[in-house]
Amino acid sequence: MQRVLDSGRLRGSTVLPIRGAGLVLERGGRRILDGIDIEVDGRGTLALMGPNGSGKSLLARTLAGLVAPSAGRVTWAGSAPDRRRATRIGFVFQRPVLLRRSALANVEYALAAAGVSRRERAEQARAALARARLGHLARAPARVLSGGEQQLLSIARALATAPDILVIDEPTANLDPSATRAIEGLIGEVRAEGMGVVLITHDPGQARRLADEVAFLYRGRIVERTQAARFLERPQSAQAQAFLRGEIVV
Amino acid sequence: MQDFAGAFSEALRLITVLDASLVEIVALSLRVSVAATVCAALIGLPIGALIAMGSFRGRGLLVVLINALMGLPPVVVGLVVYLMLSNAGPMGSFGLLYSPAAMIIAQTVLIAPIVAALARQTIEDLRQEYEEQLRALGVGPLRAVPTLLWDGRFSLITACLAGFGRAAAEVGAVIVVGGNIDHVTRVMTTTIALETSKGDLALALGLGMILLAIAIGVNALAMGLRATAARSAYA
Repeated sequence: MQRVLDSGRLRGSTVLPIRGAGLVLERGGRRILDGIDIEVDGRGTLALMGPNGSGKSLLARTLAGLVAPSAGRVTWAGSAPDRRRATRIGFVFQRPVLLRRSALANVEYALAAAGVSRRERAEQARAALARARLGHLARAPARVLSGGEQQLLSIARALATAPDILVIDEPTANLDPSATRAIEGLIGEVRAEGMGVVLITHDPGQARRLADEVAFLYRGRIVERTQAARFLERPQSAQAQAFLRGEIVV
Repeated sequence: MQDFAGAFSEALRLITVLDASLVEIVALSLRVSVAATVCAALIGLPIGALIAMGSFRGRGLLVVLINALMGLPPVVVGLVVYLMLSNAGPMGSFGLLYSPAAMIIAQTVLIAPIVAALARQTIEDLRQEYEEQLRALGVGPLRAVPTLLWDGRFSLITACLAGFGRAAAEVGAVIVVGGNIDHVTRVMTTTIALETSKGDLALALGLGMILLAIAIGVNALAMGLRATAARSAYA
């Protein structure tokens, strides 16, 4: 079994392309990922879509080196995932996990973890907050921010280290349209700048707005991977067709 | 009844005039309990962090043991420390028995498990919450420890205050290893026990009031800290 994030010596070097070969993940006797082969080259936005329990989030976590596969192998730029390159992947969780510190200190912490010198941290952190339109909340305790602001802060924190790729797990789940617009706007900016994005979403509308490509998962397998427009207009698999019609797919 | 009223007013007088004997006893009590709390924090916090962060064989048993040690009977601790420090004991050559140092050791043994157990719980809860995020930031277990200690600081200070409260109110262990020697090892709790048995209620009552005030003050401080932390969502 592959270890999660071995300590490496390649701080700063790229993680792209991220490859998963024969990925199997079993939890409690259940096969959640069932022999997935995937490559993420970091060009454009890849949306991982599929019904609940299809393995989207765990696939993203496995590719990011946060979960060790039961079988198969993940490589970052051809070598095993390592802790020193972890911040080359900006990972944003569905439920933001924010440190019990100010918004600014949360971003500074990520920069410190990425090896940015103390002198440069404050300036870079302020720039990251300003980019997420959170500059005015720099000194506010992170955990008193609204749900949308907390999610923007976790994206700002992930982007502060200038990662090769942003992996973002259902960023707008349970958020109102205004917060959704702000978050999608930020993802759109990142995308326009050429940073690769892996977006996990249930929402075909969001995939239409943000994705270049869609990989559709069903029961731990990728049943279809194609251009987003093509997928949304003419899905090939029966499961994807049912999913896009809004039917309950289990 | 008149005797009680007289003792009460004499106790108040001793406090208001800052009676020298009373001040000496209170100062020694605070010195011993604060020192024991610092020692217990230096021992208990790393042990708590180690257990919270570690995944090793026997960890569950260690957690049960540390939790059980929170209820250590003070006289048993006093007896064990006495045996260690007595002339025939392994630390007898240091000549610490019947000194404030012996009392500090006994109180440290008594409260270190409290600090360790509460710290373990605090850090473990926080670790579960932060674990995946810290891993996503490339922060390994060793580097995570200071992060968890800092972010859990309000709860950890409260754990130390709980230890201090237990130390300051404790009588069984310090009377065994300290001997309650006048001007040397006489602290508030041992003096209250002694003066009450002698029927000199004024000093006992005065010290009792101060001890109660300290207990209330420590609890108020702990509550204040938690309230401050909760207001800023740092708890």
